Amino acid sequence: MPNNVKQFLIVYPISPLCQALVKNAIFILTSRLMCILLFDMLLILMLMVGINVEAFDTPNESSKILSSSELPAPPTEVLVKDKPNDAGGSIIVTWGKSADDVEENELVKEYRVFRSGALDGEFELIGTANKGFEKFVDGTTIDGTQYYYMVKASDGVVHSQSAVSEAVSSSAQWFHTGRISMLVATVIICFLILWFIGKAKKGEKLYIRPIAGLEAVDDAVGRATEMGKPIMYIPGIADMDDIQTIASVIILGRVARKAAQYETPLLVPCCRSIVMSAAQETVKEAYIAAGRSDAYDADKIRYLTDDQFGYAAGVDGMMLRVKPGAIFYMGCFYAESLILAETGHSTGAIQIAGTAMPSQLPFFITACDYTLIGEELFAASAYLSREPLLLGSLKGQDMGKAILIAILIGGVILVSLGFTKIIALLATG
Amino acid sequence: MKKEIPLLITFIAGMVMILQFFIPHRPFSDLQQLFNTWFLIITVFAMILGLGNLFKVHTKRLQRRPKGWWYSIVLLAGFAIMFTVGMVWGPARGTPFDYLFWNVHIPMSSMMFALLAFFVASASYRAFRARTPEATLLLVSAILVMIGRVPLGNYIWDKLPLIGDWIMSYPNMAGQRAIMIGIALGIVSTSLRIILGIERTYLSGK
Amino acid sequence: MNIVERLEKLDRRIIFLLTLLAVVIPLLLPIGFKIKVSEPVKLFYDAVEALPPGSMVLVSSEYSPSTMPEVYPMNQALARHCFKKDIKIVGMGLWPEGIPLNQASMEQAAEEYGKEYGVDYVNLGYKAGGIIVISAAAENIPNTFPLDYAGRPIEEFEIMEGIRNFDNIDLIISLSAGDPGVRHWVMIAQGRYGKKVAGGVTAVSAPAFYPYLNAGQLQGLIGGMKGAAEYETLLETSGTATRGMDAQSIAHGLIIFLILFANFFYLLGKRRKK
Repeated sequence: MPNNVKQFLIVYPISPLCQALVKNAIFILTSRLMCILLFDMLLILMLMVGINVEAFDTPNESSKILSSSELPAPPTEVLVKDKPNDAGGSIIVTWGKSADDVEENELVKEYRVFRSGALDGEFELIGTANKGFEKFVDGTTIDGTQYYYMVKASDGVVHSQSAVSEAVSSSAQWFHTGRISMLVATVIICFLILWFIGKAKKGEKLYIRPIAGLEAVDDAVGRATEMGKPIMYIPGIADMDDIQTIASVIILGRVARKAAQYETPLLVPCCRSIVMSAAQETVKEAYIAAGRSDAYDADKIRYLTDDQFGYAAGVDGMMLRVKPGAIFYMGCFYAESLILAETGHSTGAIQIAGTAMPSQLPFFITACDYTLIGEELFAASAYLSREPLLLGSLKGQDMGKAILIAILIGGVILVSLGFTKIIALLATG
Repeated sequence: MKKEIPLLITFIAGMVMILQFFIPHRPFSDLQQLFNTWFLIITVFAMILGLGNLFKVHTKRLQRRPKGWWYSIVLLAGFAIMFTVGMVWGPARGTPFDYLFWNVHIPMSSMMFALLAFFVASASYRAFRARTPEATLLLVSAILVMIGRVPLGNYIWDKLPLIGDWIMSYPNMAGQRAIMIGIALGIVSTSLRIILGIERTYLSGK
Repeated sequence: MNIVERLEKLDRRIIFLLTLLAVVIPLLLPIGFKIKVSEPVKLFYDAVEALPPGSMVLVSSEYSPSTMPEVYPMNQALARHCFKKDIKIVGMGLWPEGIPLNQASMEQAAEEYGKEYGVDYVNLGYKAGGIIVISAAAENIPNTFPLDYAGRPIEEFEIMEGIRNFDNIDLIISLSAGDPGVRHWVMIAQGRYGKKVAGGVTAVSAPAFYPYLNAGQLQGLIGGMKGAAEYETLLETSGTATRGMDAQSIAHGLIIFLILFANFFYLLGKRRKK
């Protein structure tokens, strides 16, 4: 347990400087700035209130002007603009709500949006927006063509119209201006990774701290061999489009090579068919590389089901029947993690887990002998192969992390001192 | 060559997806949609791949008759029944497929998830020990969160849910974020290695 | 092995039996603990509540029957909440087993509030591909889902008139038990397309989504059966989640007792060894 707790607290695997910084910093930094740095930098905040486009109207309705004591107040200030940062073909229409657009009043039930190619031309209904809305996205425009818009407040029978908008045309953009900070971050991190890869290519020696979980991989395979029991490798429940699964398949290659050398049976139950296919290829390759292609059995790498708990049931059943000597859980796991790991624990197998799913880490730490935490899973390939190019990328990643920590600390200080502009600078839109 | 072609495909697809993220203009936006469509088609075929494997493995078991071979009959029969009723009557409400889904599939699946309660209890009993100051801290916070997140906590002391929420919203979230930052960088690094063809262990062939 | 060691390493079958009793007895003899609403659930409720009548909500079901006790009550309560407010629902799912469950929730609520399939709600069904389906639907919903869950062309349905892409959706709610799920909706629908996304997840996964909630990338979050019970409380209804709260409370109490019990004997054993 003490080791597990320590392992859980040390989330940064490579640089001791980073470890010390992070351990001290993570509980101090304000949540707000962290959110800006991690999420607002990596994901985009662009608010687009969707509008319900429905209903059609008669073409000549636009010219119908009614005067009635029950006529709703017209919408005000119709503003139009090209939808920014898109592939073209869209114009955003906004307006001020009708004075009768209030909850207790039934005079406004919807807004009808009309469009014309000329100021004095015939206006055609292009869509409606519900009461309470002030925005409509017209996604049917032709780039470069000028349009005029007009909005009517309607109770379904009578309606009053706004003034006609200014002319507007849609266009496609060559760069998403809301993603500048993202681009800068991407360029810096990619540059650092490529730079350290270059250094590694030149033969520079790069230090990588020992990762207990990965050190234990060979021991676990050896122990299963000594016991004369098979090895089970569980690649998680996600598909190959999840980077954790790719990392898992890479580690599988290493485990399979060792298993082939020791002539220990390797079972790989898969939850996704593409993962099964990739795992079969990887294991086959490992067996060939170990000179044991005759021992390769494709049926040992099998597909069970896409169903999350159906898969858990299938794997649990296999564990209890074959009583493996070592079990590896590497990849993306959700609520099934403890069901698998507890059953594995009950069989007495040595268990090594690795996932980047933070919510499942406590379960694995509790039930397994070793757990790779988050990025340790991604570091596995470089760590196990010791290939300079891969080690270089790890070092670059570590430097990227050091820069992020510096920005975090600097940002917290600046915001605390009242320099809030830094938030806008780092945010994406 | 067997490895170069997949690496080239990975590079082109990866670069297009990165570029279209920053360049909304055509042809990048169209390429994204095109790749999406291709992926959706491939995924459907991949399902057939899984089914094929399932059949192959279990029909072999029926031929070889190893221990527990009759479970393969259950699996194949279950598949055949669900497949047939699904194809003949469709999945809409009130069909035999719907009946089997609600009365066979749901109870069996729920049972699996229910095991979690038992395993959480036994794992907590076994692993939560106040061996060190860190472990004691973990133990105390776990108890506070557990009791604070159920109505019983509120019943014992109305401040307990607040303490539980505070632990979740601050120390937990700070730790989660720290791990997530590391993971995000790990993903960037791994993705770059894959796109540039530095990482190729997941591919077979010479 | 002395008595202290034996109690410290209690047979797990005894723990299983105690857990069973802690769950079954309160289900048979309800206590009726008062449910306090937490902030993430209140935010979820407010996100739906803030939508004007006639708004369009996309409800994606990424769970299977196994996680039904936790997620299905959320689905049921959400459908009721939407229909009560005359909000329209477009259902879909990235897990095949979630489709009938979402459909059943919507049908049940539609019956209560007199809503009609194809007019007030529709179920677009399942599409394989996970995150790519989200990306494809964001650009073009009719192309991604040309048929509904029962194989009928979607242009037959009045609700789909004018729905082209995520521009026409006011709020996206993912009810998820795993992968693909809420995480992917945040990444694509919120991150790339700026849509409002809210989520309902299993209790064991909930802690991982707090950072998204705090960053404003999730409008609200319902975590597990407790979250579902809180949502039911806000809607002033009593569903299966509310009824399950007594059992969950007692089970949590039992686990805490077991942890303390084990630690008592652990510390006792340690002192004796000294």
